[in-house]
Amino acid sequence: MNPEIGHYALVLALAVAILQTTIPVWGARAGDAALMRVGTALAIVLFGFISLSFATLVSAYVQSDFSVLNVVENSHSMKPLLFKITGVWGNHEGSMLLWVLVLSLFGALVALFGSNLPATLKANVLGVQGSIATAFLLFILLTSNPFIRVVPAPAEGQDLNPVLQDIGLAIHPPLLYLGYVGFSITFAFAVAALIDGRIDAAWARWVRPWALAAWAFLTVGIAMGSYWAYYELGWGGWWFWDPVENASLMPWFAGTALIHSAVVMEKRDALKVWTILLAILAFSLSLLGTFLVRSGVLTSVHAFATDPSRGVFILGILIFFIGGSLAIYALRAPTLRQGGIFAPVSREGALVLNNLLLTAAAAAVFVGTLYPLALEAYNGAKITVGPPYFNLTVGALMAPVVFAMPFGPLLAWKRGDLLGAAQRLMAAFGAAILAALAAVYVQGGGPVLAPVGMGLAVFIVIGACVDLAERAGFGRVPAATALARFRGLPRATFGAALAHAGVGICLMGIIAETSWNAERIIGAKIGQSFEVGRYELTLDRLEPRQGPNYRALVGVFSVRRGGADMGTIESSKRLFTARSMSTTESGIRTYGLSQLYVSLGDELPGGAIGVRAYWKPLVTLIWLGALIMALGGVLSLSDRRLRVGAPRPAKKPKPAAVPAE
Amino acid sequence: MTRKRRRLLLIFSALGVLGVAAGLVLFALNDTIVFFRTPSELAAEHAVPGTRLRLGGLVKDDSVVKQDNAHVRFVVTDGGGEIAVNYAGLLPDLFREGQGVIAEGTLEPDGSFRADTVLAKHDEKYMPKEVADALKKQGVWKEGEATR
Repeated sequence: MNPEIGHYALVLALAVAILQTTIPVWGARAGDAALMRVGTALAIVLFGFISLSFATLVSAYVQSDFSVLNVVENSHSMKPLLFKITGVWGNHEGSMLLWVLVLSLFGALVALFGSNLPATLKANVLGVQGSIATAFLLFILLTSNPFIRVVPAPAEGQDLNPVLQDIGLAIHPPLLYLGYVGFSITFAFAVAALIDGRIDAAWARWVRPWALAAWAFLTVGIAMGSYWAYYELGWGGWWFWDPVENASLMPWFAGTALIHSAVVMEKRDALKVWTILLAILAFSLSLLGTFLVRSGVLTSVHAFATDPSRGVFILGILIFFIGGSLAIYALRAPTLRQGGIFAPVSREGALVLNNLLLTAAAAAVFVGTLYPLALEAYNGAKITVGPPYFNLTVGALMAPVVFAMPFGPLLAWKRGDLLGAAQRLMAAFGAAILAALAAVYVQGGGPVLAPVGMGLAVFIVIGACVDLAERAGFGRVPAATALARFRGLPRATFGAALAHAGVGICLMGIIAETSWNAERIIGAKIGQSFEVGRYELTLDRLEPRQGPNYRALVGVFSVRRGGADMGTIESSKRLFTARSMSTTESGIRTYGLSQLYVSLGDELPGGAIGVRAYWKPLVTLIWLGALIMALGGVLSLSDRRLRVGAPRPAKKPKPAAVPAE
Repeated sequence: MTRKRRRLLLIFSALGVLGVAAGLVLFALNDTIVFFRTPSELAAEHAVPGTRLRLGGLVKDDSVVKQDNAHVRFVVTDGGGEIAVNYAGLLPDLFREGQGVIAEGTLEPDGSFRADTVLAKHDEKYMPKEVADALKKQGVWKEGEATR
């Protein structure tokens, strides 16, 4: 396809986005149903044009059209097809195009599936979506056009940064963007409701599926980014408190708070003003993340070649949307009527605690990430706020959250019975103490926090099971009745329990990995053996191999444990010829839930090669736990109460009460 | 409890949590921030051994000595001063002589630097921003040279 088609489609998309910003909102003001309906068509057309533009860029990459500057800078004709395609968003321009593609996808989804929304709300939501699309399309066309041609066209491209030539690039950015940009919908709903001046429990019910979907995508996106960094960077770390990671963690905290406070708003008509603020904050933090990553104020693997004019432009977008939405919020929030009241010890109270601590954690990450930038701007001092800061603040704020987590679902709405909840959690307490004792036995001295943390993690997982068992009435009613009730529990209940259990499982992995990992760094010669943890590794051979666009040196290690053969691990270093850059491909072998991790370093004098080996107990639980959390979100999303039964607040205030709630 | 008292309770508990969070943040910031220094800055200010620092500069040409137990010695320079760095570990893929580097670790009593983390630039076009700024100040590196 001709790249100009893509460029032209993008210009048309901008025109459509401007119409989408104005016509439906005007229609909503004037009460003109026909004008409001136009928004639906425009949102779908917008998605069509941006898709066409994106497809054109993909085809330029697939055909290695080196007359397009972006392709020259980031592709190579010898690159495997998958990496030609993923290379589209492995650079600034292409990744911004993916960003607006996802944005317009969500807009089109609202247009298609929002038929149960009140006409004015839908029109305003699409209008706000359109304004975000307008801003980012302008940004792409004015500062980051991926379709710029180069004359004369070079014969060969400069290849993609080898670190990005990995399956991770196919998975992590699209999922992360689905999460980041998904919060644009909750943002649009919040602003639309403020423009409308009407917010009720039904609003929370419309917003919750979008917030849940965005949250689930963001969770998986972050987890996949973490796993990618883990195996690609060769240091064996899975979280670095890198500013870019923090940029994704802040909206995650805000989003987690949002999906919880939306429940209170939907069920109890309380916390309205707060929920609206969280919806605004979650997307504002996503925009902040985009700014941090794309403006080049930070140095990071994610900051592709940067240009100051882009930073200023994104900062402008940031100020306009965050400032504008907060201004409308300040104007309209006081007029919102407050809903139901509740005692401090109640499910609402527990969710308020959860919200306070989650937002405080987001704020702590915010301060730690931006303080160095602020200080440098203020007096030029260059400092780093490193992992100790984040571990201390986020750890201390999250500890009460995870401890309170099993209690929350067991408390009743309005007024809860803390003692009763504690009694029902006896089984979980017992399991936690057993787990802590087991941890003490296994580690035999060592950090005190590890057994405590393990106990806490088990407490959460068993606590989630207790919640389900209590709702079904196991032990109180005949088993057959309880089983029938268990089957009848709403999917949202299972989803919440699953997500909570996922937190516990993730925590187990984090604690086991940080407390009990073993590391070994040596210079190894061929035939030499060394131990890491309880495993014995032998460097059998080093062999050169030829890849499509790289040369590799592969180290083959055989693994033994107590004399028994446990297979082999291949770890390699790749030299990419086009950029004369090398990457480490660490060798990982999974045993149960634990992993043995080997990466190669430089060749040393005397024929040895640097080897870094780690034994990482239960490390896979970190990502499995995150996946289970997201799965809980998806399960909750599939609840028929969210899918069917178009909520009509005026006619029927609430569906029949859920058992045991 | 009346509605008003409940709301007050809510507000005070929110303030309490925020206060604790703010205290934690200040305490942690005070304790854990790490300053960035170049060799000439270190020479000028007689830093106390044992202080945790990020040392940035260029890896001096022909200064890298690799030992067979995976220990490495190299010299970091910024044109105005230089400092020897000891590092036990594997160097990053992009570590090269004559290129930018950041080493995080502590200053030893003998004036050398013991690094526990070594970071090199991520790709051909880019040098750690702190290093580029520091080198510009020293006049060693000019805009547009090698690194864009």
